[in-house]
Amino acid sequence: MTSTTLVTLLDVLAGSLPDGDGSSFWLPPQVSTVARSVDWLFNFILAVSVFFFVLIVVVMVFFVIRYRRREGQKAESSPNHNLALELTWSGIPLVLVIMIFIFGFKGFLDMSTPPANSYEILVEAQKWNWSFIYPNGYIDSNLHVPVDRPVRLVMGSQDVIHSLYIPAFRVKMDVVPGRYSKAWFEATEPGEYDLFCAEYCGTSHSDMIAHVVVHPVGEFETWLEQASNFLETMAPVDAGRKLFQVRGCQQCHSVDGSVKTGPSLLGVFGQTRNFADGSSLTIDENYIRESILEPQARVVDGFDPVMPTYQGRLSDPEILALIEYFKSLDGSGE
Amino acid sequence: MGAHHHGDGHDPNLAHHFESADQQYQSAKLGMWVFLMTEILFFGGLFVAYTVYRVNHPEVFVYGAHFLDRGLGALNTVVLILSSFTIAWAVRAAQLKQISLLRWLILATMACAFAFMGVKAVEYNSKWKHGLLWAAKYSHHVEEADHDRPTAATDPAVSPDADPNRSAIPPAAEGPAGLAKPAGETDDTVAEVEPENAKVFFSIYFLMTGLHGIHVLAGIGAMIWLLKCLARGDFDGGHFTKVDMVALYWHVVDLVWIYLFLLLYLID
Amino acid sequence: MTADTLTAGGDAAGNALESSYLNSGSGVLSWLFTLDHKRIGVMYLVAITASFLLGGIFALLVRTELWSTGQTIMTADAYNKMFTLHGAVMIFLFIIPGIPAALGNFVLPLMLGAKDVALPRMNLTSFWFWIIGASFALVSIVIGAVDTGWTFYTPYSTTTGTAVISITMGVFILGFSSIFTGLNFIVTIHKMRPEGMTWFKMPLFLWGLYSTAIIQVLATPVLGITLLLLIAERVLGVGIFDPALGGDPVLFQHFFWFYSHPAVYIMILPAMGVISELVSVFSGKHIFGYRFIAWSSIAIALLSFLVWGHHMFTSGQSGITNMIFSALTFSVAIPSAVKVFNWLATMYKGSIRLATPMLYVLSFLFLFAIGGLTGLFLGALSTDIHLHDTYFVVAHFHYVMFGGTVIAFLGGLHYWWPKMFGRMYSERWGQVSALLIFVGFNLTFFTQFVMGSHGMPRRYYNYVEEFTSLHRASTVGSYVLGFGFLIMAIYLFHSLFRGKPAPANPWGSATLEWETTSPPQAHNFDHELLAGDPYDLDALELDPAIDGWVRRDPRSIILAEGGGR
Repeated sequence: MTSTTLVTLLDVLAGSLPDGDGSSFWLPPQVSTVARSVDWLFNFILAVSVFFFVLIVVVMVFFVIRYRRREGQKAESSPNHNLALELTWSGIPLVLVIMIFIFGFKGFLDMSTPPANSYEILVEAQKWNWSFIYPNGYIDSNLHVPVDRPVRLVMGSQDVIHSLYIPAFRVKMDVVPGRYSKAWFEATEPGEYDLFCAEYCGTSHSDMIAHVVVHPVGEFETWLEQASNFLETMAPVDAGRKLFQVRGCQQCHSVDGSVKTGPSLLGVFGQTRNFADGSSLTIDENYIRESILEPQARVVDGFDPVMPTYQGRLSDPEILALIEYFKSLDGSGE
Repeated sequence: MGAHHHGDGHDPNLAHHFESADQQYQSAKLGMWVFLMTEILFFGGLFVAYTVYRVNHPEVFVYGAHFLDRGLGALNTVVLILSSFTIAWAVRAAQLKQISLLRWLILATMACAFAFMGVKAVEYNSKWKHGLLWAAKYSHHVEEADHDRPTAATDPAVSPDADPNRSAIPPAAEGPAGLAKPAGETDDTVAEVEPENAKVFFSIYFLMTGLHGIHVLAGIGAMIWLLKCLARGDFDGGHFTKVDMVALYWHVVDLVWIYLFLLLYLID
Repeated sequence: MTADTLTAGGDAAGNALESSYLNSGSGVLSWLFTLDHKRIGVMYLVAITASFLLGGIFALLVRTELWSTGQTIMTADAYNKMFTLHGAVMIFLFIIPGIPAALGNFVLPLMLGAKDVALPRMNLTSFWFWIIGASFALVSIVIGAVDTGWTFYTPYSTTTGTAVISITMGVFILGFSSIFTGLNFIVTIHKMRPEGMTWFKMPLFLWGLYSTAIIQVLATPVLGITLLLLIAERVLGVGIFDPALGGDPVLFQHFFWFYSHPAVYIMILPAMGVISELVSVFSGKHIFGYRFIAWSSIAIALLSFLVWGHHMFTSGQSGITNMIFSALTFSVAIPSAVKVFNWLATMYKGSIRLATPMLYVLSFLFLFAIGGLTGLFLGALSTDIHLHDTYFVVAHFHYVMFGGTVIAFLGGLHYWWPKMFGRMYSERWGQVSALLIFVGFNLTFFTQFVMGSHGMPRRYYNYVEEFTSLHRASTVGSYVLGFGFLIMAIYLFHSLFRGKPAPANPWGSATLEWETTSPPQAHNFDHELLAGDPYDLDALELDPAIDGWVRRDPRSIILAEGGGR
């Protein structure tokens, strides 16, 4: 029986034979160029593990049955050590783990070496959303990439350590404040995939989800152009709504009245708000601008002072668009 | 339950679970050495933090060391070395049942320890007067006038909030915070340039010397205990183990200081 | 055994319930201020059992919340505190002290034929430090608890508003408890072995405790300084981990894991020591490969200090660093694997009794094999990138810590229970509980491997719909587990009052703790003992009259009459 057959047999036992998209009992679909080699190693280790596990359990059960204590019978005498045996069962695992190490290291080298012509996207992580900054300066809360093109991410955090994780691509890299970290991938299948934060970062760590949208050939550039021009092509209210969605505001503020990390913005314009310092005022354009640029100045009573400032991150036209959008949230069919 | 029969004239200094005085002494000695290993590793962590920071920001250390008085540091080093000598001699005195000499030597060691803490107090006081404290309380005023570039102490973007119960979300930065000077600042008019984050040197200084100082105080406590034992007559019979153990501890405290002196005061 | 009873005070079978260390001094104060290692061991046992209960409750709350996506029974903030406390309580209050404190303290001097550990006052101090540290942890829980995860990563832990300082102070003090226990064991094993017990004639449980103690004294101080730096960062703002001051948040991870990786070997090495004892006795055979098992314990202890970076493969550290840590990580796998083979070989041609302790040995072999093998996926760089910070890791460490350490602890508890309390427990209920725990455990944690490899991240309050059925299976399993422990608590507690009085040597072991009454007298032994081969089981035979085992030649292990003081 060749080793390939054996590995396949063990993989069948372990339910790890891949489906058409590369997914199996153990693994999600393979949507990147490195996924295949990562999965190959996973399955190899799985085969080795299943082999040794079955061996150990079968031997154990067999011994328990065969050498079960019988009345009047003592244990048969047998040697208490056997150098040849002990060396063998040390040596074989040693060889296997060396192989596993080498395969893992080689795979890792591929995963950490982006190709020269990679398309670069900047990533900013903050509690609790992602911002993806495209080369033309457009910022979105989801990661759009072209298919069959290497993409390189340069990532920084605004606050605590986060981690960018795309299971379908088998890519993960911590995003650390005070430095830039990098990751790369090449997507092989158009579609939409989950992107998670994989380093615990507080209250809404598990909601810090983005989507990776892999565009078919030729469609990415079109998407980017249309998306980037929204301030010119859309009415201010619609542009404001888009900003609200892609710049991470909706992560903490709802528009339907439900209370999240921050107050709901339903009907916010014209409302009277009470602040933690005891003062209150009626919401107008100035207050909205202040709460975007200096959110800690007046915090609504009952909420934590956790909103980051957008000073330098939202331009005046963008803030105007947001204000227009908020004005439209009067509950009349938003 | 078996009663404790001392009919064989067994030594009241020998604990019940030991077979012999030698086993008891060996156990105490091994125990103290293992404990001192833990102390080395404990301080070792701080030395690693020092190393990492110094390798990444050597200019901060060169700058900070200027504010340490080498004379006082050297004085403290001499004082501690002297105290190691007196306590080593004290062990010998205890072995030779020289009780009066033993008492003086322990007192001399304590005097050195107090002198050390006194010098430390002088140094700490001077730092406080000049605002050279750890990062959050750092308020060093560079003597040149018209210096209105934001120091890290006044820049709200980077000053860490000392209140532990407030989350301190830093606002958006142009790049990795802390690695570049704030835009628009020039410092070529100033003779003495204070490097960014100079205050972290003082954080490390206070952490390391502070932890060491706590250990000196603990050593003083141990010596007071020795004096108590001495008054009780514990050493009349030549049983010197306790003095030996305290001496070992004290030698490590001295050794750690020597390294601190080398690494903090003598940077150049 | 009357004429041959080596330690006076027991009946014909060697049972001494009438008068033993348990009733040699009455009143709470005689316990709280005792210097008797046996009483300290029992107090530790009570303390860590209470901690296991508390940590277990947090676990059940976590699993209940995860029954469905979104909010089930608590808010996200509450959930984050639950998983943090589950980890911190289980690790620092239960499993690190665990076997050494609760079983080791009791058994070690007895296995050496000694009257106590080398430094009894330090032993009591270690216990008191546990109490003080645990109190700080309780204070932290009461004043609002922590939500950083038990790993306290910066900058989150230096900026969160929760009660970080009280719990890190608690852990800092618990560290002293651990150091003092380790220090004591090192001195005791070096200086108080009996005549005849050279290093390679020691029972393997002592090799386990010794190698654990080495790690305890070398690694724990680094945790201490790490926590001190964390507190200094929060209180003083020293800036070591703050990027705004040029500090490095990843430096914290290096400091933290420099202790916390060796810490997991603090957890498993004593467990392996227990398994060595149990597998030999219940197979009726000399342990196979003694020298290798002994050396491998030391090797694991030393190698454990070299692999901490495998917790940080995605942290941004360099490729060379990753490569070195990955290679070294695999080296640690080999000694552990070989121990498993040695234990199996011990069973070969044995005379195997499936008493409750042996059921735990079989569980251990099954579960630890899975735990160890899944470590291979995590040690390999390319697969770890995908699996890091997912439920695959959670499943892996529960298989080794729970399926390994806790299972071995339960085996040891059931093995030494008759010696500690002079009572036998119900064998039937012992088997029921062992089975429930085995089944419940696998149902809880095996599903988590699959979730993890499919991309389910850990520490997640909310999750994507596709994982719901796997989460539910896991939750059901956790309740089965809890039920198994409930049954155990009942029959063990019941045995203290109604259990059949235990003979001196109910299992037929050749180690020295069985050469005194059950429970032992306060001073342990009447005579100075001469140690032989601790696995020479042929030196013993079953005496049906007392339903216990006796030495064929009891005088052979007496070195000198008397010697009691």
